[in-house]
Amino acid sequence: MKNEAAKTLRAFAIELTIYAVLVTVYFFLVLHLLGTWLNGLEIHHRYTYAAVAILLIIGQAVLLETLTTFLIRIIRGRSE
Amino acid sequence: MFFPISGTHISPIYLILVGFIVGILGGFFGVGGSFIAGPALRLVGLDWNFAVGTDLAHIVGKSVVAARRHRALGNVDLKLGLIMALGTIAGAEVGAQAIQMLKRAGHVNFVVSVVAVIIYSGISIFMIWESRKTLIWQKKRLPRGSTRGAPSKKDYSAFGPVTRAIQGLNIWPMIPLPTSGIKGVSLWMILMVAFVGGFFGGFLGGGAGYIRMPSMVYILGIPTHLAVGTDLFEIIISASYGTFSHAIKGNVDILIALVMNTGAAIGAQIGAISTQYFAGPKIRLAFVPLPLLGAAIVIYTLFAGHKL
Repeated sequence: MKNEAAKTLRAFAIELTIYAVLVTVYFFLVLHLLGTWLNGLEIHHRYTYAAVAILLIIGQAVLLETLTTFLIRIIRGRSE
Repeated sequence: MFFPISGTHISPIYLILVGFIVGILGGFFGVGGSFIAGPALRLVGLDWNFAVGTDLAHIVGKSVVAARRHRALGNVDLKLGLIMALGTIAGAEVGAQAIQMLKRAGHVNFVVSVVAVIIYSGISIFMIWESRKTLIWQKKRLPRGSTRGAPSKKDYSAFGPVTRAIQGLNIWPMIPLPTSGIKGVSLWMILMVAFVGGFFGGFLGGGAGYIRMPSMVYILGIPTHLAVGTDLFEIIISASYGTFSHAIKGNVDILIALVMNTGAAIGAQIGAISTQYFAGPKIRLAFVPLPLLGAAIVIYTLFAGHKL
């Protein structure tokens, strides 16, 4: 039982580390590049900004969910 | 990190942490968590209008992650969620209009605070009574030799007789909900539950999952696991509508919401998976502190005379 819990915790720690690295890369690549464009859009084209905002948040959520599910599958698969 | 849309400097680690905590709560209880995220954003200097709009955008992202996970676990009734979204949007508009009326009368803060404290406390007291009674009743009825293993999605509630009486109201059209295991419930009951949830969302702010999730269990008779998953699916639609509405008014910093969502994505997965290890009444009992926390925040702001 203790072994299993330790295994799960280790898998979770590995998953968090990989996830943190990927998220940091994502910040620098996507947010830095999009920041100025989105700011301009928010000032000049509010309706387009509103639509883009929803698409971005849903798109990011689907991407992150797929990524975390993939990581869980890979790491748990290897630890078993 | 500088966020040019709202013109604020906020640590991304702080945003990820807030997102992570709210994500766990959302995945486990099916709530938006605006009563935590809103004040948390305000605390680091974001204006209230941006805090409300940005929080809604972040709720959309978090709900997508948690609802996808719940769907994989078989906890989402798509048909029910789509019908409820219509009632929620209508209710949210009426709630927002009620706020405008109170603003004109000049009593908005006091009235909203008193209503919020009564509603939050009422939900908590009722859920403590119901879930404790159900747990005691289940313990007594547990057949000899059976084990307390992983719970099925079949739910028990001490409020069951009232729920069955409501389900028995034969007001046309009756809608079958096979995913939730319900033969038929009046469309008007579903719309009413969604409308009331939406109204309080528009009136008190946030997604109002603290009202809708218990209403789905006690009034419509949806099993708790399915109520959590379906509520999240429904929140995607209603919060997207709210985000669009706030974004065209200039109240959404989508960059902040995207950063929060990176923490919420992992938190929501943990919360959603955790529901599988708890029976419905235990989830409902664990839910009780959330509205109480909301009531405590409102009482604080009422007596302190300012918002957090």
